[in-house]
Amino acid sequence: MTETVISFKHFGFQYYSQAEPTLHDINLEIHKGEKILIAGPSGSGKSTLGHCMNGLIPFAYRGTMTGTLTVNGLETKSASLFELSQKIGTVLQDSDGQFIGLSVAEDIAFALENDCVPQDEMKVRVKKMAELVDIATHLGNNPHELSGGQKQRVSLAGVMVDDVDILLFDEPLANLDPKTGEVAIELIDEICKLEKTVIIIEHRLEDVLHCPIDRLVLLSDGRIIADDTPDNVLAMNTLVPHGIREPLYVSACRFAGVPITSEIRPASLETLDLSACHDKLQAWYQANAKKESETKKQPLLEASDICFSYDGVRQVLDHVDMTVYEGEMMALVGKNGAGKSTLAKVITGFLKPDAGTVTMNGEDLSRYTISERAEFVGIVLQNPNQMISKAMIYDEIALGLRIRKVPEDEVQKRVEKVMEICGLRPFKSWPISALSYGQKKRVTIASILVLNPKILILDEPTAGQDYRHYSEIMKFLETLNENGQTIILITHDMHLMLEYTERAVVLCDSVKLADQKAYEVLCDNDLSSRANLKETSLFTLAKKAAIEDPLGFVECFIRCEREMR
Amino acid sequence: MKTKLFSYNQLDTFIHRLSGLTKLLCFILLTSAVMLTYDIRVNIVIMILSMILMRISRIRFSQIKIMLIYVMIFLVTNFILTYLFAPMYGTQIYGTRHDLFVIAGNYVVTKEQLFYQITKFSKYLSVIPLGMIFIFTTNPSEFASSLNAVGVSYRVCTSLSLTLRYFPDVTRDYTTISLAQQARGLEMTSKAKFADRAKSVAGILVPLILTTIDRIDLISNAMDLRGFGKNRKRTWYARRPFKGSDNACIAICILILLVTLYIRFFINGGYFYNPFVQ
Repeated sequence: MTETVISFKHFGFQYYSQAEPTLHDINLEIHKGEKILIAGPSGSGKSTLGHCMNGLIPFAYRGTMTGTLTVNGLETKSASLFELSQKIGTVLQDSDGQFIGLSVAEDIAFALENDCVPQDEMKVRVKKMAELVDIATHLGNNPHELSGGQKQRVSLAGVMVDDVDILLFDEPLANLDPKTGEVAIELIDEICKLEKTVIIIEHRLEDVLHCPIDRLVLLSDGRIIADDTPDNVLAMNTLVPHGIREPLYVSACRFAGVPITSEIRPASLETLDLSACHDKLQAWYQANAKKESETKKQPLLEASDICFSYDGVRQVLDHVDMTVYEGEMMALVGKNGAGKSTLAKVITGFLKPDAGTVTMNGEDLSRYTISERAEFVGIVLQNPNQMISKAMIYDEIALGLRIRKVPEDEVQKRVEKVMEICGLRPFKSWPISALSYGQKKRVTIASILVLNPKILILDEPTAGQDYRHYSEIMKFLETLNENGQTIILITHDMHLMLEYTERAVVLCDSVKLADQKAYEVLCDNDLSSRANLKETSLFTLAKKAAIEDPLGFVECFIRCEREMR
Repeated sequence: MKTKLFSYNQLDTFIHRLSGLTKLLCFILLTSAVMLTYDIRVNIVIMILSMILMRISRIRFSQIKIMLIYVMIFLVTNFILTYLFAPMYGTQIYGTRHDLFVIAGNYVVTKEQLFYQITKFSKYLSVIPLGMIFIFTTNPSEFASSLNAVGVSYRVCTSLSLTLRYFPDVTRDYTTISLAQQARGLEMTSKAKFADRAKSVAGILVPLILTTIDRIDLISNAMDLRGFGKNRKRTWYARRPFKGSDNACIAICILILLVTLYIRFFINGGYFYNPFVQ
């Protein structure tokens, strides 16, 4: 039996600001050198659990604790945040927001600075740590200039430099594109091999399972529902009912009627026993395969030959063409810096292109001001807090109309209609501060929809959302789309692309790389890796199961999934 | 085109290598020298010195272009207004009157007035480049560490350097929010009435404050988790030890200040240098 480093015994926690406890009767032991995934939907208490371990609870967030929690034999109630921070290092989500230093070296050194380590020793230790995580060539850079994967390395080094034995990753994948996420998971795996105990809090299960983990702890409503090997937990079939999405290839096997047991090793496609599911997958595909008929759509918006550069030196958009068809829901994908947001800003008129035109139904949009253009194309920013300026929901949605001097009785009519569509009616007289993140998102969507734009652009509509909220938002957008609203989604989320959009435009290094069916992009390894996406596991499964048309298999899965929704 | 205002540029020149504290002290000393006298000779010497320093620190013209434009607008306005409000102030100070030409009515241009105003102009021109050098060549963290070294609390120093570090982020947020609100119809251009514009600004500030609070919350957690505030002291990675060159620079600046004070009290015999009375 290995040494226990963290032990929860009948542990419970309640925030002072909340009426109900967030955690109930948690019993959990984490052993030295283990790699553990704590999964659970938003509001399940998984972040709270993490905060209890690293000491932010009770030091930064107040509340009452019951039961006991010990970290390396130290009772957290009687320890200080600093004592704990030397045992557990925490890598928070959103590495951008947590850089303290102006240079990579300085940021890594922060914990040492606070520890009063002399400068000479500090320089040696920083250098050693930077070499360990392979960032030593960037020590002088500003952390913000780095790529997503490099940023992760810097935050990791900044935490590990303190010689911690336990590392806690709080939603490490939340803001990363699939490819960078994969690199981050591999990096965590390497760290784990250095005899560190690793705890990952995350709801993107399939991405975490890219590297093997020892145990999967499933949390729901503040209680532990499952605590076992990933194979066993997947076999229990408790993930989906608790708002966690299972890996797509597992879903496909379930569709095909393959019983998911721990014997077929479902935790990874590499270990999955294909001989058990091969026949059933084949049979299911034969029974369900059919070609969808294509419907021709009318082009609504055409951006042609767009060039744009911020500094006159580097082209961000280099002769890009894009057509948006009436009534479609399409995805605009590509890695960070590929020009997606810039293209969206050109379409909405926030930026003037250096060359090229944007036309809607043949009419050139360049003669309209930003605010006039909002009646053609509306954009919803990723962070709802960046858009909300009123205290009350009704006023927030009415804002755009009131500024346009629309008569108040018409304002009321239109706002109420939009509230109905967005499912906000029950909250009509609520203050915005009382809403959840997903509901706020709806308010921002509503505040744009009320202006009746022909096209709605959403920047990462589901970023950081768990499966339940993700499905909620997407179902809502789907309903809008079915009612004829044309929608463009800027996204990294492969599931979203695969399941909800018909078409994807891929931008890479300022040029358009592809314009084809979303699932085709995700089945083309070369194309998806250039866009920092990954080949979907469905496609890999189909190839492994020797299905003669793997692309057809993916299409077939998506259709069945849609029908089940 | 985005120019980074007020941002430290990382280069390795003699000026960059000096400690931030040295640069601050020298800035204060030289500014005092200019402010404590009203002598165009002192101004010109310091102006030449600051141009040379600017050259050494390799500040590119494009970096300071926007700032320079604003400064020039301010200086020219100042120049004109000074004349409009007190066209005879020069003759009062210097006690003589040499008319050059008449503009209209009482507005006569005198040698004294011209000399007085040019001296004032050169005063600004000698000090402003020094300020720019300080801003562009000082690493905020290193500056924070030198402030800490002279006894300012490290919490204050750290928040100072964090503020500088977050300035670009907040600017970016501001642009995004402002554009999004304009799309909803907020009028930000001069077309709108003042009251409407004030309202529009509120429409941008609320989301900006909210997102900034989110940022602060995140960073303070990140800092707590990495042991910020653990001890009464902290060390600094970016700290530059005070070197011979630092001492030399400060000594030179003190010398310059002393010389100007000598000129003021023993040569000019007062605040103003008066070439009109021999």
